[in-house]
Amino acid sequence: MPIGAVIEFTSITKKFGQVTAVNDLSFTVEPGRVTGFLGPNGAGKTTTLRMLLGLVAPTSGTATFGGLRYRDLPRPLHTVGAALEAASFHPGRTAAHHLGVYAIAAGLPRTRVTEVLHTVGLADHATQRVGGYSLGMRQRLGLAYSLLGDPGVLVLDEPINGLDPEGIKWIRGFLSSMAAEGRTVLVSSHLLSEVQQSVDDVIIIAKGELVHSGPLSSLDTNIAPQVIVDSPNRDALIAALTEAGLPFTSGRTGLIVAVPDPGLVGHVAFTAGVELNVLHRQKAGLEDSFLALVEGGDSL
Amino acid sequence: MNLILRPVAAEFSKILTTRMWWILALVLFGYITLLAGGLAALFGGLESGAISPDAVNTGGGSGSLTGLGSLPPLIYSFASSVGYVFPVLLGALATTGEFRHQTLTPTFLATPKRGRVLGAKTIALFVVGAALGVVGLAASVGVGALVLSSFGVDPLLADGETWALIGRTVLAMALWAVIGVGLGVLVPSQVASIVIVLAFTQFVEPLLRFAATFTEVTADIGKFLPGAASDALVGASFFTLTSPGSAVLTSWQGGLVLLAYGLVAAVGGYFISWKRDVT
Ligand SMILES: Nc1ncnc2c1ncn2[C@@H]1O[C@H](COP(=O)(O)OP(=O)(O)OP(=O)(O)O)[C@@H](O)[C@H]1O
Ligand SMILES: [Mg+2]
Repeated sequence: MPIGAVIEFTSITKKFGQVTAVNDLSFTVEPGRVTGFLGPNGAGKTTTLRMLLGLVAPTSGTATFGGLRYRDLPRPLHTVGAALEAASFHPGRTAAHHLGVYAIAAGLPRTRVTEVLHTVGLADHATQRVGGYSLGMRQRLGLAYSLLGDPGVLVLDEPINGLDPEGIKWIRGFLSSMAAEGRTVLVSSHLLSEVQQSVDDVIIIAKGELVHSGPLSSLDTNIAPQVIVDSPNRDALIAALTEAGLPFTSGRTGLIVAVPDPGLVGHVAFTAGVELNVLHRQKAGLEDSFLALVEGGDSL
Repeated sequence: MNLILRPVAAEFSKILTTRMWWILALVLFGYITLLAGGLAALFGGLESGAISPDAVNTGGGSGSLTGLGSLPPLIYSFASSVGYVFPVLLGALATTGEFRHQTLTPTFLATPKRGRVLGAKTIALFVVGAALGVVGLAASVGVGALVLSSFGVDPLLADGETWALIGRTVLAMALWAVIGVGLGVLVPSQVASIVIVLAFTQFVEPLLRFAATFTEVTADIGKFLPGAASDALVGASFFTLTSPGSAVLTSWQGGLVLLAYGLVAAVGGYFISWKRDVT
């Protein structure tokens, strides 16, 4: 049973000329858990993961697996499996040959090729040229590559992109089961909702900087709940809220009042003699919480 | 030992699992068969009198050419003097393909020591280049000797010197593939690389070599051109025969110059493109 190593980023920074893609990022990723690495487009997720894997040289700082840089790992594919977003295949090679090349390079038995193709559901397409693969099939092949060495650490960049609903359901379960076996699983995404069901921890970055890290539940407390209220006479309700000095905005289903207590809103309406037909408390979703954290972080 | 053997085996696998190698081998064989077979028939015909010299306008050169008794080696050397573009192309495609298809990512993940990967590629292409040499020779010697002997010209196959030439041709083709690898890392754009290979081998270098023969000084420089070095290594070529008096390197000097081109390009390319960020 492979045991996952701790991934550790220490003050890692990457500048592409004038552009600072990643700025002084430090965090750790624990084994036995699925960690979501989240951020909007251009936040620096791919750059960070490529630095971790030794593909991009950091401007400063380090990224290690159990204290070792990727290039110092004695048997890299046995320790870390990675699938990055770009499709990295020669279109004229079959899936089995593609994996076979790297199995040879890593000194892995050829039987692993058949096994991982089976795991990701590509066994029937093993001898097909990758040039004819769909986006989802390429995504699966990338995942198959990451599993070749049966590694204790999985690093996946946007693995859900392009998968069909069945594939998404499968990969969620798969990631959880990998973590349950004691492996370290780091998965990036630009959508929290995409990974929300399977991640235990979240690391959120925006504009190359860390904005939040902790268990998924820690996102819950970040945004105060709100009250949704509506009246058959909405103008009167607006007047009453303004009179009472409660901040609100207009929503599709009523007015959204930025206070946590529905009783307070009910009392204001009651004293102003306004009839209500909607009054309830709404907890902001995790996605809202995520968006609030990365707000203004959209570099695109 | 596994540290270099595995990457070398992986590089072989990369070449053999795509179609390019046998397409190039096939075209090489066809091209050299046509040239070597055709010229063997022409000169063999002249030599044996089957074709009257008046029937061909060779500007008087044919008399001395056929009189040299060097017809078989000349024909046999087509494998490298004309065919060298094929190993260069295969080497350049092997490297530029990694950039083009972004396979550097899985490659460097499996073997993070990048210098080792480039070394492995160089070794693998050296061997595959030698194999292309054998294919080219199968055409130039196989077909050439057949045609020559059919005109009653001795194909010199019992001659040790012929077999030494065959060996040097294989070495030249292997070195050309290494030059291709070097070019591919110097110019990672596949299209640019192919254009450079074709333009240089088919136009620029032949013109330079011809122009260099005009003065002694330029001839001394011209003999270091890769094509000239290759012909020097092999020891016979249509070009050197038709440009008499031009300075040539000795065989082993030619081999070293060729090797130097390949290694300098590969080391330069390592710094220019190979150790760069893979994004
Ligand atoms: N090779 C490069 N040269 C210059 N700038 C780059 C390069 N690669 C990335 N960048 C810049 O670095 C920043 C971060 O890019 P990165 O690809 O890491 O973002 P990301 O979080 O993966 O985004 P996405 O969700 O779109 O995949 C962007 O501003 C991008 O333009
Ligand atoms: Mg990305």
